[in-house]
Amino acid sequence: MNPAPSSTWFTTGPHWAWFIVLYFFIGGLAGGCYFLSALIDLFDRREDRPLARLGYYIAFPCVALSGLLLLADLGRPLRFWHMMIESNTYRPMFKYWSPMSTGVWALLIFGLFTFLSFLAALAEDDRIGWPALRTIGARWPALRRLRGPSALGRVISVIGAIFGLYIAGYTGVLLAVTNRPIWSDTPLLGMLFVVSATSTSGALMMLVAYRSGWRMPGLADLHSMESWVIVLELLVLIAVLVSLGPVLTAWLNAWGVLLVIVIAFGLIWPLIQSWRARQPGQMNFARAAPLVLLGSFLLRLVIVFSSQAI
Amino acid sequence: MPEPMGFYTDTTVCIGCKACEVACKEWNQLPSTNGGVNTLSGDSYDNTRRLDGIHWRHVKFIEQFPEDRKDGRWLLMSDVCKHCVHAACLEVCPTGAIIRTEFDTVVIQSNACNGCRDCIAACPFGVIDINPVSHVAQKCTLCYDRLQGGMEPACSKACPTKSIQFGTIRELHERAQERVAQLHQNGENRAYLYGADDKMLGGLNSFYLLVDKPEVYGLPPDPKMPTRNLIPGSVFAVLGAVMVGLAAIFNFRNRGASQERKMRP
Repeated sequence: MNPAPSSTWFTTGPHWAWFIVLYFFIGGLAGGCYFLSALIDLFDRREDRPLARLGYYIAFPCVALSGLLLLADLGRPLRFWHMMIESNTYRPMFKYWSPMSTGVWALLIFGLFTFLSFLAALAEDDRIGWPALRTIGARWPALRRLRGPSALGRVISVIGAIFGLYIAGYTGVLLAVTNRPIWSDTPLLGMLFVVSATSTSGALMMLVAYRSGWRMPGLADLHSMESWVIVLELLVLIAVLVSLGPVLTAWLNAWGVLLVIVIAFGLIWPLIQSWRARQPGQMNFARAAPLVLLGSFLLRLVIVFSSQAI
Repeated sequence: MPEPMGFYTDTTVCIGCKACEVACKEWNQLPSTNGGVNTLSGDSYDNTRRLDGIHWRHVKFIEQFPEDRKDGRWLLMSDVCKHCVHAACLEVCPTGAIIRTEFDTVVIQSNACNGCRDCIAACPFGVIDINPVSHVAQKCTLCYDRLQGGMEPACSKACPTKSIQFGTIRELHERAQERVAQLHQNGENRAYLYGADDKMLGGLNSFYLLVDKPEVYGLPPDPKMPTRNLIPGSVFAVLGAVMVGLAAIFNFRNRGASQERKMRP
């Protein structure tokens, strides 16, 4: 009998599968895109406003989809409200020490903020093809105040961005607060997910912006930031591997091979592409951005599935 | 308020009859596996395989024989939920479906559980799983309904060798310690109690007398609470958020500075 590398080897996997992997990815995109848009708004440069709008346009549908994915994953979806209201007493249900409990509330609140910013972006945008949406700004001009530079807009952006980062990272803490191999053998998954969500969101926003032919200055800043965040993600990933210690043997299989592919083609190659672009904001990174997105998805896939394969 | 109740399982007198499994299934009306079609695991006489949503008792068969079969022994153990004093499942459950009863046992209320499965990942013993019929997480209730009616749990009632004993925790501890002393006196010095003291998750209300290392029985040597990672995990996540925030601010501010320089005459 081979000795188990950790006491976590004696536990059962929770059967979290594709819905959860997708939620980790899409929820991360929602949080990351909102955070980047809020940041762009806070720097308040007129020419960058379409870029910020893009992030708000991504964040709200992603949050809505996240809710649906979580609902579909439940064994009894119609009892989803038991997460928020105790079904026996009808009192609010909240456990600050349970990441799933805090995450549900955070997703709900973040959903509200993404909706407000989504409305503000729609109200401001006069280039939308759908007439019903185009008239939002004309009918309710006050909606524009839900975004900076108004004080209310700034408050919404800052609070929403904090919740966005929470949504991007709590999923890693949720995995750590279990007794499963890999997940609970390192405290760094939350950090990894926050950094990864930001790099993924930056890649998606740049990809859409480049494909749309945008050339605003904020794009160059985003590109420059993306390189730094990918370096940070690599460092955190190395720290995760080191912190796992003997548990790392759990990745001496196909999952480990996939992880190496993710590191090589989802992080290092895009980083090289980013550095090779002499002029920041050139098309080089646009070609690498889909790999960052795919790598981010596969990273979550490896983490979620490899633990449950034990 | 009743005294804390639980199980003491003396693995040295278990004969592997599985009466406990049958009694548990019968009383709790748990469905059969695979529609009742018998499939053999190939793992000794263990065709139950593991504890899950429809197997709340599991008799383990551990064969310890050398290749020449001259010497050896069977280790038999009826496994069940440990009803931990510090229960990981209860701690993380986001719906409040998992409760501690007046008997100090841990019960999942099936009508409140929504099948999120957080408790399955949290349990350090791999006890809980989804019941494929009800689609909610289920496990041993220590026959909560029978206890409320003044009866003992079905499994201990059915056990023909008193390997599974039910009673107050205080009384069970005394009995178990006497048995360990007796075994030591008879030369079985490997006998010890697993989970009887409060060092393991505050104490297990279902504890065991074992004669080999816990890992041999498929039990974790040092089970831990999942929330041990809550503070370090959260601190690192916040640190990650601060780092990306600084990276973003640094890069966006840089352009602002360069633009200002350009605008100067």
